[in-house]
Amino acid sequence: MDFPFLWQTVQTLSAGIPLTLLLATLSVSIGVVIAITIAATRLWGPRALQQAAKFYVFVFRGTPLLVQMFLIYYGLGQFEAVRSSFLWPVLREPFWCAILALSLNTGAYGSEIVRGGLQSVGHGQREAAMACGMSPWLAFRRIVLPQAVRQALPAYGNELILLCKATSLASMITLMEITGLAAKLISDTYRVIEVFAAAGAIYLAINFVLTRLVAFADHRLTAHLRPVATGKPAPDTRLTGAKP
Amino acid sequence: MDRPGFFDLMSFGPDGWAPALLQATLMTLAVAGTGYLIGGTLGALLAWAKLRGGPVLRGIAGTYTTVLRGIPDLLVIYLFYFGGSMMLTKLMRGFGYEGFVDLPGFAAGAMAIGVVSAAQHAEVFRGAYRAVNPGEIEAASAIGMSRSTLFRRIVLPLTARHALPGMGNVWQITLKESALVSVTGVVELLRQAQIGAGSTRQPFYFFFAAAVLFLVVTWGSGLILGRAERHFNRGLQR
Repeated sequence: MDFPFLWQTVQTLSAGIPLTLLLATLSVSIGVVIAITIAATRLWGPRALQQAAKFYVFVFRGTPLLVQMFLIYYGLGQFEAVRSSFLWPVLREPFWCAILALSLNTGAYGSEIVRGGLQSVGHGQREAAMACGMSPWLAFRRIVLPQAVRQALPAYGNELILLCKATSLASMITLMEITGLAAKLISDTYRVIEVFAAAGAIYLAINFVLTRLVAFADHRLTAHLRPVATGKPAPDTRLTGAKP
Repeated sequence: MDRPGFFDLMSFGPDGWAPALLQATLMTLAVAGTGYLIGGTLGALLAWAKLRGGPVLRGIAGTYTTVLRGIPDLLVIYLFYFGGSMMLTKLMRGFGYEGFVDLPGFAAGAMAIGVVSAAQHAEVFRGAYRAVNPGEIEAASAIGMSRSTLFRRIVLPLTARHALPGMGNVWQITLKESALVSVTGVVELLRQAQIGAGSTRQPFYFFFAAAVLFLVVTWGSGLILGRAERHFNRGLQR
């Protein structure tokens, strides 16, 4: 293996890191809002909206992300009505199409995770909050949601990593993020192994940091579940046999 | 000129693309199925290495799953598609053949998908094996079963029952991932839609049709998987 070339490749591909991170963070931010809205609708919304939310999740989880991206980027421009609408300046940009596809996709997957989290919060919590005089919205925001977040975080961390990997598909609609640059470099230099190793290393590093961040957030959110550190040594129970 | 509408394009008539799209659906199933089988085999070996292997084998299997779960699948497909052709060319040069040898897109795509899904399979198999009650295995060996009988009659069916939901998930993921194989030029569903979109300039209709066909396939496999799960759990009390 040619290490100077490998190092040079890492530097070339690093130029794509900001775009990858921007795609990921922006679509996660929008996706979380979609996920919570859809999950809440499926649990407490009116019947018709429940069905609509269910259908949305079914469609976006049942089709490949790449098809969704092509449908939005290449497909929508087919219609004159779209081309002449006020949305066209946004929808003709590959960046916003990628954001739209990624957000809708992660929103659908995320809504299943959030729904599981919301369902894990006991009914009594909500009832108690209402009995204290909280409005349904306040009870949701202060009581139910924080507990659901705590429950859903590990699974959502997984979804974040999947989304981070999914941003690579944006290269298929002309965006030059890490994978786009890697594909260009492969066709320029024909040195597949080195380029793959460099791009893979960058993605692994990003995902490693992401895993640590999620673990840190999980640690902070579950502080109440850890035994309290008193600073005193544990009592010696070898002779008394008492349970500490 | 009046452009053909959605149903004219998706018909079985002379200008209809329905036959081509249905054939492409079969190709999607073939690519995904081949990749799934490769992934299942490799995944079983990885799970075995993780459960029974020494420190070296365990380390290799652990690194494999960590790396493959952290790298985008598109990169893996590029590696196999471009890298595979290069390796083949070098290999053939060793046999005295001068010239470029192309690794077929189908083989490269199926292998790439297989390698990716192997990491997912391994985790499913390992979890399923762990879920088997050790008492069952102890009872079987106490009764005097040989190691191979024990594996075939006790461990395998019980592991299969626990693994089935996870394997179904991996199949759905593999199915959707097979759309990425379109970059290798294999005429599967998405590639066929791209061809149709290019030649009729009606991209929405074609990608919409591809999405519907994908949805039908994933929905259909979901039904079959649900049925299989009920079949294998029929011995369980409810």
